[in-house]
Amino acid sequence: MVLSAADQAAVRALWRKLGNNVGIYATEALERTFTAFPTTKTYFAHFDLSPGSAQVKAHGKKVADALTTAVAHMDDLPGALSALSDLHKHQLRVDPVNFKFLGHCLLVTLARHYPGDFGPAMHASLDKFLSHVISALASSYG
Amino acid sequence: MVHLTADEKAAVTALWGKVNVDEVGGEALGRLLVVYPWTQRFFDSFGDLSSPDAVMGNPKVKAHGKKVLNSFSDGLKNLDNLKGTFAKLSELHCDKLHVDPENFKLLGNVLVCVLARHFGKQFTPQAQGAFQKVVAGVANALAHKYH
Repeated sequence: MVLSAADQAAVRALWRKLGNNVGIYATEALERTFTAFPTTKTYFAHFDLSPGSAQVKAHGKKVADALTTAVAHMDDLPGALSALSDLHKHQLRVDPVNFKFLGHCLLVTLARHYPGDFGPAMHASLDKFLSHVISALASSYG
Repeated sequence: MVHLTADEKAAVTALWGKVNVDEVGGEALGRLLVVYPWTQRFFDSFGDLSSPDAVMGNPKVKAHGKKVLNSFSDGLKNLDNLKGTFAKLSELHCDKLHVDPENFKLLGNVLVCVLARHFGKQFTPQAQGAFQKVVAGVANALAHKYH
């Protein structure tokens, strides 16, 4: 199941607008995830999770890079994200329910920073894109 | 029962005081129907829901959104007794409307996105955390009488 051309175009257009700030927004999304869904912190017991944490910022950059990869490969997300999927399943051993929390907080972050762009149709396209990313990340879980 | 810290209660009250409940209700319900189109199954009598513009401009969607959010507002005044506050509505949604409670969670998260869009910088991670607790509490209360 692949995203429609219209959804892909919408996501690409927004991503171009985000430019070099994807890392900043991914970091904010992580902070929101830890605050709003505290159970997610169980995977980061080894991190300093205080505001402005350098570790969270570095992790935000990793998440941002993965999302940018996803945007560049919307025709084959399972393929593009297969290594990440294996990592999350076999090494990190993250329960896939948590992917949805981060996905939601990414939407909240984008709504907060780009209110004018975050109309209902864009909201729908982004939600679908993130659902596909989450699906691809969970694909190796069997 | 929702357990908010004093700071969280203050954040929720402060932000909610600035919400145009009528408008935000219509926007949240409209976005639910656009982003999760299967939710339209409950609104066959609402007329044209064929495009995002049609949904967002639909007067029945706006009116119903207003009703839903006013009800949610009541919940905010009774955070210590959400189950009691929403008992009758819970029975209605189960017995008459046959709504899958999963939809309450979807609407709650859409509402959080709408609030983020409206409040921007003021919708801090802490404010979001407080509202996530509230929407989860309301969703649970609405599902409580299901059988």
